[in-house]
Amino acid sequence: MNYFLTEEQREIQALAAKIADEKIRPIAHEYDEKEQFPSEIVKVLGDADLYRVFIPEAYGGLGGGVLEMSLVVEQLSRACGGIALAYAASGLGIIPIILFGNEEQKQKYLPKLAAGEIIAAFALTEPDAGSDAGAIKTTAIKNGDNYVLNGTKQWISNGGDAAIYTVITLTDPTRGARGSAAFLVDKGHPGFEFGKKEEKMGIKANSTRELIFQDCKVPKENMLGKDGMGFMVAMKTFDQSRPGVAAQAVGIAQGAFEVALQYSQERKQFGKPISAFQGVQFMLADMATQIEAARALTYQSARTIDAGEKNVAKDASMAKVFASDTAMRVTTDAVQILGGYGYMREYPVEKMMRDAKITQIYEGTNQIQREVIAMNLIKESVRGKKG
Amino acid sequence: MNIVVCIKQVPDTTDVKINPETNTLIREGVASIINPFDVYALEEGVRIKERQGGGTVTVMSMGPPQADVSLREAISVGADEAILLSDRAFAGADTLATAYTLAAGIKKLGDADIILMGRQAIDGDTGQVGPEVAENMGIPHITDVRKIEEIKDGYITLERMLEEGYVRLKVKLPIVMTVVKEINEPRLPSLRGKMNAKKKEITVWGAPDLDINTQRLGLTGSPTQVVKIFTPPKPEGGKIFEGGASEAVNELIKELQGAGIRFGRKKEG
Ligand SMILES: Cc1cc2nc3c(=O)[nH]c(=O)nc-3n(C[C@H](O)[C@H](O)[C@H](O)COP(=O)(O)OP(=O)(O)OC[C@H]3O[C@@H](n4cnc5c(N)ncnc54)[C@H](O)[C@@H]3O)c2cc1C
Repeated sequence: MNYFLTEEQREIQALAAKIADEKIRPIAHEYDEKEQFPSEIVKVLGDADLYRVFIPEAYGGLGGGVLEMSLVVEQLSRACGGIALAYAASGLGIIPIILFGNEEQKQKYLPKLAAGEIIAAFALTEPDAGSDAGAIKTTAIKNGDNYVLNGTKQWISNGGDAAIYTVITLTDPTRGARGSAAFLVDKGHPGFEFGKKEEKMGIKANSTRELIFQDCKVPKENMLGKDGMGFMVAMKTFDQSRPGVAAQAVGIAQGAFEVALQYSQERKQFGKPISAFQGVQFMLADMATQIEAARALTYQSARTIDAGEKNVAKDASMAKVFASDTAMRVTTDAVQILGGYGYMREYPVEKMMRDAKITQIYEGTNQIQREVIAMNLIKESVRGKKG
Repeated sequence: MNIVVCIKQVPDTTDVKINPETNTLIREGVASIINPFDVYALEEGVRIKERQGGGTVTVMSMGPPQADVSLREAISVGADEAILLSDRAFAGADTLATAYTLAAGIKKLGDADIILMGRQAIDGDTGQVGPEVAENMGIPHITDVRKIEEIKDGYITLERMLEEGYVRLKVKLPIVMTVVKEINEPRLPSLRGKMNAKKKEITVWGAPDLDINTQRLGLTGSPTQVVKIFTPPKPEGGKIFEGGASEAVNELIKELQGAGIRFGRKKEG
């Protein structure tokens, strides 16, 4: 399908695809088995200028937006959804700096992030605060020109491998959301340590770690935006990052579909390739159709955001829900088409099925996305009635 | 340090087919690529420049106007300047005429310290152009270079690959080198490199721009000519002996004896 991408967007897509095919696919299985973080791929992506695509030109970027980032994430995820997360989760950490960083903060971090010299991460979730982000307990209490951070963040992607962390905290727990603030904290800052590395079902090439803050004294210059804006930073960041998760899902689904399509023409049963059976053909047709619909929704939501539309939460959530549900269905069907071989770790599709699952969970579960969509529908309807 | 890398645009052999009637390459619809060995030469040129902390890498190609695509690709992976030697008079050149033309281009450019090429082109497979360029310029050439150790005080120390092992050489600059795949792992293009390549002005030199004898150009200047390209015919006939190994061997011996071939047991001691 023609998405009428610009020449530059097609070039970004082609280069990401080349890296996915030549550099990522050959190591995807090994990195999954060894649960190894892909530092060399981060370097390759940096050298290729791919981290630059969604960063403003003034800070060493190429000035694109969410669509450019999504194009890269999709292509990388086609080869490995886990390795792609080293890129996508850095995006999640970079977006709040672009949206809320002041000039010094941008100058300090964005050029290095654009070059891929360092990567970023984003920390909201805690042991008792998942979907209910408002339940976070990590505090940042003002003390002269500093804020002192205490608490534990959980399941942070790129944790330990990122150099810079956007951390959502409470500056005044008595004031709820109004008492929240986001801080930039460097790896290695005194009082900031990493906890255990999680053992996961999928996206094993990414490191998921705890961040532990113990009397971690951070200068007030590290606050992103203003005091009281912590949750707003988080929500506005998710509005822009969710199409990236959708793109990851589309990429994983596309990768699984390609394997299944190829295999169905090679595998013979009853004297024919299995692609000759209508039962298999209809699965392939549905897979391709759903992927295309997910892709269209993903690109269009990204374009809407890049065009500067105000209320984009619903669109971003729709893309994330639809694409991640599609990825789960398509990867499951890909395993089905490969039969017993599909269930074997020697073949790539069981990993894609494991990798797909996370896209329904993180950056807000699909139940939470549906809640966001419904709330916005109702709000729009009420507003409509008022005229 | 002035580095010149000669590159050739070739059809991507992974999808080259031969027309069985005319026995010529079917070029329509076949993608053109930079000769894969030349990509290693280019990468090495860029690495030399980076290591020496300065200089220019100029890519040069003799070919039709469309070869500028390959030159731009070279710019996107680190070449600074690109020159296309293009003229109807150059068409149909064999290795001798090609090397003569390239050497004239390099002389016009002037002051080249290192001239790099791939060990051979995947379409012609001759491996002759590198050494012939050096002869035309009257400078040393080393083929099959697998490693560059050091460039210092007007000399280069390098390793040349041999069938078994390698030879370490120290050679006076300027020099023509052809490289093997083992020398490096070529980088991928970057987005900024690609954008830069799109805008880059490519210099085109024709026969009148070069100080040359036109009798030595193109088809006129080529003592060798390709008469025919063909796929060797598949061997026909043959006989397959079925069954276990000893059974099959016995059958084979019988067959050979039947054809008048005699077997004698070798005398022991
Ligand atoms: C591999 C991995 C990487 C992650 N990376 C990051 C990261 O980089 N940064 C970060 O901050 N977080 C990260 N997370 C956390 C992730 O965002 C949370 O797991 C997610 O928000 C869900 O929270 P939870 O796991 O606590 O589930 P819970 O909130 O406990 O939800 C459990 C179930 O209840 C449902 N549920 C909860 N509330 C409602 C409701 N109101 N209505 C209907 N259903 C509901 C949920 O949909 C879910 O099915 C990561 C998680 C994982 C697993």
